[in-house]
Amino acid sequence: MKTFCHCNNHYGLENSSIILFMQNIQRNCGYLPEDELKRLADNTGTPLMDIYSIATFYKSFKLEPQGEHTITVCTGTACHLRGSGEVFEEMAAVLGVGSGGGTSEDGKYTLEKVNCLGACALAPLIVIDGHYHGNVTPGKAREMIEEHYK
Amino acid sequence: MNALGLLRDVKELKRLKSELKKEKREKFVSVCGDTGCSVWDSKKVDEVFRRVLEEKGLSEEIPVKSTGCLGFCECGPVVIVFPEEIFYQKVNEEDVEEIVEETVVKGKVVERLLYHDPREDKKIVKASDIPFYKKQVRNLLGDNWLIDPGSIVDYFSREGYAAAAKAFTEMSPEEVINEIKEARLRGRGGAGFPTGVKWEECFTKNVENKYIICNADEGDPGAFMDRSILEGNPHSVLEGMMIGGYATGSNHGIVYIREEYPTALEKVKNAILKARETGMLGENILNSGFDFDITVSVGAGAFVCGETSALVNSIEGKVGEPRQKPPHLAEKGLYGKPTVVNNVETLANVPRIIRWGAEEFARAGSKNSGGTKIFSLVGKIRNTGLVEVPLGLPLREIIYEIGGGIKGGGHLKAVQTGGPSGGCLPGYMLDIPTDFEELDAAGSMMGSGGMIVMDYGTCMVEFSRYFLSFLSGESCGKCFSCREGIYRMLEIVEEVAAGTATLSHLDLLEELGEMVKNTTMCGLGKTSANPVLSTLKFFKGEYLAHIMENRCPAGVCRALVTVFINQELCSGCGVCRKKCPEEAITGEKKEPHYIEKALCSKCGICIESCPEEAITRA
Repeated sequence: MKTFCHCNNHYGLENSSIILFMQNIQRNCGYLPEDELKRLADNTGTPLMDIYSIATFYKSFKLEPQGEHTITVCTGTACHLRGSGEVFEEMAAVLGVGSGGGTSEDGKYTLEKVNCLGACALAPLIVIDGHYHGNVTPGKAREMIEEHYK
Repeated sequence: MNALGLLRDVKELKRLKSELKKEKREKFVSVCGDTGCSVWDSKKVDEVFRRVLEEKGLSEEIPVKSTGCLGFCECGPVVIVFPEEIFYQKVNEEDVEEIVEETVVKGKVVERLLYHDPREDKKIVKASDIPFYKKQVRNLLGDNWLIDPGSIVDYFSREGYAAAAKAFTEMSPEEVINEIKEARLRGRGGAGFPTGVKWEECFTKNVENKYIICNADEGDPGAFMDRSILEGNPHSVLEGMMIGGYATGSNHGIVYIREEYPTALEKVKNAILKARETGMLGENILNSGFDFDITVSVGAGAFVCGETSALVNSIEGKVGEPRQKPPHLAEKGLYGKPTVVNNVETLANVPRIIRWGAEEFARAGSKNSGGTKIFSLVGKIRNTGLVEVPLGLPLREIIYEIGGGIKGGGHLKAVQTGGPSGGCLPGYMLDIPTDFEELDAAGSMMGSGGMIVMDYGTCMVEFSRYFLSFLSGESCGKCFSCREGIYRMLEIVEEVAAGTATLSHLDLLEELGEMVKNTTMCGLGKTSANPVLSTLKFFKGEYLAHIMENRCPAGVCRALVTVFINQELCSGCGVCRKKCPEEAITGEKKEPHYIEKALCSKCGICIESCPEEAITRA
């Protein structure tokens, strides 16, 4: 059973806080399962309500299991100006997820937005499982999913 | 110089530096390894360089450096060959052999990979002769060319940690603070508060356990200065923190870094470990009696955590809501102790001030603020990238002389500085200097340094809708007026974009903007109406066109535009028909096609696919 105790704080580099524990749970499980959060609450003496308050406040925390592949569309200003909104819409349509993103029905893909990845020269930018793709257009985005990922 | 030992005192540091000077290699190859260039496979270019040099038995003599951002992202992957400083752009794996053979071995230039200056229509060999670099004053970014961010030795050889040594052994904390004050260094994170004053406030608190925090939560969309400094020269930030710690009397520094920057996080962690190994962090640094250590905290994706008191809450493991001030952080900050929070770029400036002296540092800059400022020049600009200029340089020079003007030869409509807290300035205001006060007075703000250039293909209504939707998602919700006010403004602007608003909506919008400005607690809330208010001020005509004429002049707002095929230009190739996901395009082969309006979702795929450029949205 993976628990937050697996948290790897090598060399005492990272500041210890409940957020760090939660980040470690998410790194291990892909999201924040309820059981883990309850255990975290018990072990740290933090009210579960506070933990959920943190989990829902910060954008990077996920309370639902994620798809096998994660597609992140950068919606920073530079990307937005060069059409990242259209790219996102197109991907949402292809994957059949709502306009706010989400996980496809087959559980294969999770589509999400990110505020800015700071690689504005490549706008619009998408990241598929950690790999960056620059200068994406709606058409290219559709092809990417259809050809490589289905 | 592989195994670096612990440096016990200043003498040992000096000895190391003189050894490094003797061993200094003039010849080396810098390959940009920053996130931007690595998308264009610069990592492969880097690998091939190492392999080819190894094969030729040159790897000892000519090292390859995987550097941080070289600035000119538009030309990535960028390779610079030293000592001649030959700048090669858009280099791919196949080019490497030729560069090694011709340039590294024979000292000749590979013409085809040089930068071509479109204005003078000629090729440029030397990096610093390229107009993009020529106008800049690269005090902070300049070292990115020369050092491998993973190597503390490289940093030592560039006068690294000399400032810390000088401060700890030759100066009192008061003297350090005075030097920073005289340099007129102001916070580069947005608000522009004088750094020396901030430090002094913390210094005067006679309390044990103070903290100095480096704010690397660069949430402003469209800005990546801090990421590039952390990825390109992390030790300069650590050294700045050490000096800040010494001046404020704190022994613990924390770098708060956003999780969207995994590479920067890794580089910072590595730099901290190296600094600890060499005794630059730890107890009794350089036998000065001063102890200092640094840890990191990783953000969890919240824009508001860039606000200093929200950031402190986040480090404590709480929800990142801003705190009521006073008490200021200098009195009661992290864990209730006096705390100073400085931005990455601010801290990176500190070692230079101590090394050069305030007077020399402030030679660049304006009357009220000394030094340079890095801007991330993005949007519809020809030379996207990071530019570092003296504070006070007019916007026009940055955009036209360094940025090369508008991409695709269009005309400039507006420039936005300050991100979601800033405003849009129209083309006729380009002569105002980039200075904290001047930009504020014009209705925008300096912000952290995002500079977004827009041409006439950008709809200002849509643009302010974008920032409102960003801010409504990021408002922490503590203040009612920010939480609800921004949302209500968003609804109104959405109505304008849909063509369903009336004139009275605009008055309400303005009123709401002023209300949010005056009644929210934190800096982010107070400035959140700026994008709306500034576009209303300078581009009201565009709002009116949406409302009165049901027309989007830029051809952007979906509800008000149609996509159509120019019958004269259409060759009937059928590409658009095949690509259209809605099957809204019909037509016979080799005959002009047309779009069924009722079916068209205006996604724009046909526009990008048309080889004749016959399809437009207007």
